Amino acid sequence: MASIQSALTDADWMKLSADLSSQIGELRARAVVLDLTLMDVMDSFATRVLRTLAQTVTLRGAQTILVGIQPDVAIAMVQLGLAQRLDGILTALNLEHGLDMAEALV
Amino acid sequence: MSQEYQRVPIKSEADIVLARQGGRRLAAELGFSSTDQTLLATAISELARNVVQYAGTGEVLLSAIAIGSRRGIQVSAMDQGPGISDPELAMRDGYSTGGSLGLGLPGTRRLADDFSLVTVLGEGTTVTFKMWVR
Repeated sequence: MASIQSALTDADWMKLSADLSSQIGELRARAVVLDLTLMDVMDSFATRVLRTLAQTVTLRGAQTILVGIQPDVAIAMVQLGLAQRLDGILTALNLEHGLDMAEALV
Repeated sequence: MSQEYQRVPIKSEADIVLARQGGRRLAAELGFSSTDQTLLATAISELARNVVQYAGTGEVLLSAIAIGSRRGIQVSAMDQGPGISDPELAMRDGYSTGGSLGLGLPGTRRLADDFSLVTVLGEGTTVTFKMWVR
């Protein structure tokens, strides 16, 4: 489970991606729950990082669940055409629902 | 027409966050809805990222604008980078030379008013758009 802060720089995203990829192995994780509640903006860079991250997680045998995308952020992502780039990635309303979903996967 | 100016130098990735936060703050002051604040901040993020990615450095200008009782924000992202060799192609969804999703410019144009892209090879690029309080 990782909680994403609002003002991540590109370098932060890259580090998160690398850290999570290796932790799946260390923890033998089946699911990665990413809490995006605090994200004020999801631009094309962040979307691409998440997509790449989710693909990596899939290849490592786990599932990515994105939780807490705020209503305004969701609207902006749809309008920018970013939402479809996350097709196939599981989402849940909040952390509680996301963890329930993760438990169901295990 | 301009009443207020804010200049955000873009020198590194961290400045992308400063630019979009500045835009959101100004939008909130002017009475933009929270959805439109987020749209504006996302658009600024895309343009500022283009500056960092393709030109290295540049700046974002945020201005409060008004026509009659209508209030809005004008955003300009400018750099003295290499310019865009095929601006028409750059405006197409999914096109990118920088390994991104290629949605920054077309997405911004879709959600903004008076979008303009001025680019001169070897001299730089300026992207300007407006958003109005709805």
